[in-house]
Amino acid sequence: MEILRQLRDEGRAGDVQALLDHIPYARFMGFRAEVEGDTVTTIMPFKDSLIGNVSLPALHGGTIGALLEVTSVMQLLFDTQCERLPRTVDISVDYLRSGYPVDTYGQAIVTRQGRRVANVRAEIWQTSRDRLIATSHGHFLLTPV
Amino acid sequence: MFDEDLAEWPPHAQALGMQYLRTEGRRLHVKVPYADYLVGDPDTGVIHGGVITAALDNACGWAVRVSQDAQDGVAMATLDIRIDYMQPSTPHEDLQIIAECFKRTTNIAFVRAVAFNSSEEDPVATSVATFMMGTPAERSA
Repeated sequence: MEILRQLRDEGRAGDVQALLDHIPYARFMGFRAEVEGDTVTTIMPFKDSLIGNVSLPALHGGTIGALLEVTSVMQLLFDTQCERLPRTVDISVDYLRSGYPVDTYGQAIVTRQGRRVANVRAEIWQTSRDRLIATSHGHFLLTPV
Repeated sequence: MFDEDLAEWPPHAQALGMQYLRTEGRRLHVKVPYADYLVGDPDTGVIHGGVITAALDNACGWAVRVSQDAQDGVAMATLDIRIDYMQPSTPHEDLQIIAECFKRTTNIAFVRAVAFNSSEEDPVATSVATFMMGTPAERSA
């Protein structure tokens, strides 16, 4: 991906926010990312278009799934500093609680990184880090297809 | 009953541009028209995996609604969804989804879905999901 090569050339390979700013879908969703030490925290600021259940109201499950996937990929990119966007092979999402109409946060850990494939676990929460609203584990392809 | 009434659709499904196509028995057909704001890789124009995840999740939920005429309006919650991505969605082509609730029990609905561009036989992604039926329709304090 051109932007990843460019960021790496500029010595900003870990600038995940710059990458998100470059991705139209991430801009549409309003995704942001902050880095502290080696941990990427993703943020999905609340807006009305993220709602799935109007009467509760609750976030759309799909937005939570999308955030889990983005969180996984961002941590993986940060860890590998690779200039190709990892391709999602599969992801399994467990929904633990319905999402309130507030900001949502995510963190992931790369549980194993092989030469071709990486295993990544991600967690999503809102008001409290220990009240998770969803978790996921997924496989991501690192090599060109 | 479930139909093309857009006002009934979740705001996020509307935001993604999802459209109802038709229902054939238990099989619900919907589509996500290609749009620039859904792109995940500006180099290629391929839409983001998150779009596929959200659209599959949404279609699976609707497929349960389609299958439950007798209990129309029963609240439900997604327990889990697993998505396998077979290939990128072709740039500038619409993403179609067929979702089918193939088993309902008192508590749980089991749903599978496939996302594709031109042929169901050549999937972009497939998913299996389970839903908990009869969850509270309002949040407890």
